[in-house]
Amino acid sequence: MLLGLILLLLVGGLLAALTERLHLNAPRWASLAVLAAAGLYLLAVPVGAQETLAWIPRFGINVTLAMDGLSLALVALTLFLGVVAVVSSWTEIERNPGFFQFNLLWTLAGVVGVFTALDLFLFFVFWEVMLVPMYFLIAIWGHEERAYAAMKFFLFTQISGLLLLFAILTLVYSHYAASGDLTFAYADLLGADLHPTISFWLMLGFFVAFVVKLPGVPFHTWLPDAHTQAPTAGSVILAGILLKTGAYGLLRFVVPLFPEAALDFRWPAMLLGAVSVIYGGYLAYSQSDFKRLVAYSSISHMGFVLLGAFAWNVVAVQGAIVQMVAHGFSTAALFMMAGALQQRLHTREMGRMGGLWQRAPRMGAVALFFVVASLGMPGLGNFVGEFMVLLGAFQVDAPLAIAAAVGIVVAAVYALSLMQRSFQGALQEAENGGTPTFADFGARELSVMILMMAALVWLGVHPNTLLDLCAPVVAGLGVAP
Amino acid sequence: MTGLDYQALAPHLTLTAGVLLVLLVVSFRRSHRLTATLAGLVLAAAFAALPFGLLSGAREVTPLLMLDSYAAFFNGLFIIIAAVTVLLSHRYLQGSAGSQDEFHLLLLIATLGAMTLASAQHFAAVLLGLEVLSISLYVMVAYPEEDSPPLEAALKYLVLSGVGSTTMLFGMALIYHAVGGMGFAEIGAFAATGERSDLWLAMGLLLFVSGVAFKLSLIPFHMWTPDVYQGAPATVTGYLATVSKAAVFAMLLRFALEANLLDRGMAFTFLAVMAVLSMVVGNLLALLQESIKRLLAYSSIAHMGYLMIGLLVLATLGDRTMAAETALVFLAGYLAMTLAAFAVVSEISSAAAGDRDLIEEYAGLFWRRPALASVLATALLSLAGIPLTAGFIAKFYLFMAGIEGALWGLIWAMILGSALSIYYYLKIVFAMTLREKEGETLSVSALGVAVLVALGAIVLALGVHPAPLIELAGEVARQLVR
Repeated sequence: MLLGLILLLLVGGLLAALTERLHLNAPRWASLAVLAAAGLYLLAVPVGAQETLAWIPRFGINVTLAMDGLSLALVALTLFLGVVAVVSSWTEIERNPGFFQFNLLWTLAGVVGVFTALDLFLFFVFWEVMLVPMYFLIAIWGHEERAYAAMKFFLFTQISGLLLLFAILTLVYSHYAASGDLTFAYADLLGADLHPTISFWLMLGFFVAFVVKLPGVPFHTWLPDAHTQAPTAGSVILAGILLKTGAYGLLRFVVPLFPEAALDFRWPAMLLGAVSVIYGGYLAYSQSDFKRLVAYSSISHMGFVLLGAFAWNVVAVQGAIVQMVAHGFSTAALFMMAGALQQRLHTREMGRMGGLWQRAPRMGAVALFFVVASLGMPGLGNFVGEFMVLLGAFQVDAPLAIAAAVGIVVAAVYALSLMQRSFQGALQEAENGGTPTFADFGARELSVMILMMAALVWLGVHPNTLLDLCAPVVAGLGVAP
Repeated sequence: MTGLDYQALAPHLTLTAGVLLVLLVVSFRRSHRLTATLAGLVLAAAFAALPFGLLSGAREVTPLLMLDSYAAFFNGLFIIIAAVTVLLSHRYLQGSAGSQDEFHLLLLIATLGAMTLASAQHFAAVLLGLEVLSISLYVMVAYPEEDSPPLEAALKYLVLSGVGSTTMLFGMALIYHAVGGMGFAEIGAFAATGERSDLWLAMGLLLFVSGVAFKLSLIPFHMWTPDVYQGAPATVTGYLATVSKAAVFAMLLRFALEANLLDRGMAFTFLAVMAVLSMVVGNLLALLQESIKRLLAYSSIAHMGYLMIGLLVLATLGDRTMAAETALVFLAGYLAMTLAAFAVVSEISSAAAGDRDLIEEYAGLFWRRPALASVLATALLSLAGIPLTAGFIAKFYLFMAGIEGALWGLIWAMILGSALSIYYYLKIVFAMTLREKEGETLSVSALGVAVLVALGAIVLALGVHPAPLIELAGEVARQLVR
């Protein structure tokens, strides 16, 4: 049944590509229809659903998919941001929209697979497969430096993927050697009896693969390039969802599979998290490119997730989950804003923006909302996430939590400066003297933005919806109370 | 020889009869279409004879040949690849100067040589198969008779491959001097009796393995590979990279099993060093290439390095079946993806106009010929080891076997090599997505496209649903090791 959801996206992608022959707009509508169908399908899947199909019996590999609260929240986010991506690319992508929608839906299918797979082989397959269509999105429809950015993105993630594969196979073999049971099933490997040294190195292999994707300092250098060069829809998917697969991996695999080793590694990991928070924010402030600034801010925000995951108590982990979802919305919206500006001004340089509020008040208001969400305004989702992470981390390591809290101040600095430089201040003249035509948000863009605002407000004032959904999962992962 | 022996030999005999038939027809009536059709039919008949031959069970026919399911596994693959080569070569050779008929004849003879190698269990059969294969290939490499690059490549191949063969032959002579026999099993029995320090045997094995490394183009015996791959006509390069490599490896694996080659630490070290060099240096050199055929040449050098892991685990793995199974699965995947890649190069080239070989000539292929570009992209991603392709299953097997056999150094070399390789495979994929030359049309044949799409589908099918291949390889490996 869960496999049906993934197949729906895969087949839908093929159909969307084929409809290009009918009309250039047809793939976009087809893509929306597929995502709507997937959303309805998701409603019909009960929380706790699990299914297993034999795949490669020779190695005990099965297609095991499961939907618990955490998976449900992330899959729902994936499908919703899929819609955002389609909408944001509506007029931006003019060439080969069919193949574009195909790649978009296949990326989403891979991500849904990552969030639901409970067989390590299957997880790895989805983990790698989602990157290929993402590569095409950047390489074909990206901006000036797309060749470099796409290659860098692919190399970073594939090489860390090789490490992950090596770690998975060694884990499986160690478990096989100890128990005589050759299996890739997550449930069986949870209790694997490993030598502490092996356990530590395997944990490190998983950790590096996931932190590259997160991304955490010092593995973050692919992200600004990939995000800046990707088309808007690609950035939305990358920042909104793909980064979350790294965070999800930390929560679902690294700590539960290697609890003692992860505990030993707690301080360095939390340190990396705190460094990412501050350094990412510092780098964000130094950018003059709107999109690049938002990209660096992602590093800072995802640092909180790393901090929370390794603090490994209920408050911090729940906070990390809220942060994942809230960051998905706020960053997707800011990237969409960057795309909208680039389409209208043909530049991402903030030096050539300024005073845009006067020209497009609706865009200005929307931008202001997501900027303050991003800097952690109480009452919005991001605040809940960051606050809970800091609260949880403080109980474990007070100095690191205090250091990371500085990151919130840095966030205020770069976020407000983003607003100031682009929407406030004096109106810039166009290059040829006159004022170019500049359309404010239309109904299409505004409607998805309003939906994302509503989601952030809901997360901010009533986070219990999400917390209650994930509470059993967090307890099941063995998180310290 | 009894009736059962003839039955076991049925595929070889069918192919031999087919060669004679094609030879006769060519002497009476020259028609490229007729010859190609006939060659295809002969291959189909030989393929149909495979199950019939197997009915007689694993059977030793004369001391030279062992016709078991292992031989049949390879023979089936060789015949399929030869058939694909015939299908692609028909359009490819059309319009080239001179006559095209003999090409198909040579292809059949080369395939017969490869089949002999896969069933060889005696040095005499090894030499016979190898020479039948190589001599046909010399001519095939030079086939477009008026161009100088193929001629140069053929001459280089002739000389260097000749050196390889003589090295191997000298090794065989030394081994014969020490053992007094040339059957694989005799050598194994001699080595097991304890006279392990026999210098003649050690030197013979070293020379023999060097000769094999030459044919497999393991570094440092790889020098001929890039030039020959680049100079040869694309369809021949595809055949060279698949059948000739697999045939030699099939022989080597049987030899290693029966003659307990790897029990000797020296042979193990020698092969392991060449494997690591091939994986690392092969991939490094591939990074520098602008020609697709040269790039694929280095990539095949690297893949032969990976393949050696499948051979070397024979020594460290308690379960020799798993080692043989690994090698078979890896080879099947390698053959499918390599053939698919070269098939695309052949399909958009022709002997008359020369091959489209530079990466820049593939710019925009996605928009001009989406089907061809998709197949090439699939093949390249498979070579890079992306999941859901044959290449991933192949590497997955090597990883599993390598971890089980604790060959850590070789595994790290494979990880390093694979990481490097992603860059150059992706370079071609990226070139194909560029928006250049969108208007230019490429003439392709419907038949060729159908063959290509089928090859691409096989690469994907082996990756998505590998269970049947794994079962088949497991069964063949069990019968071989037993």
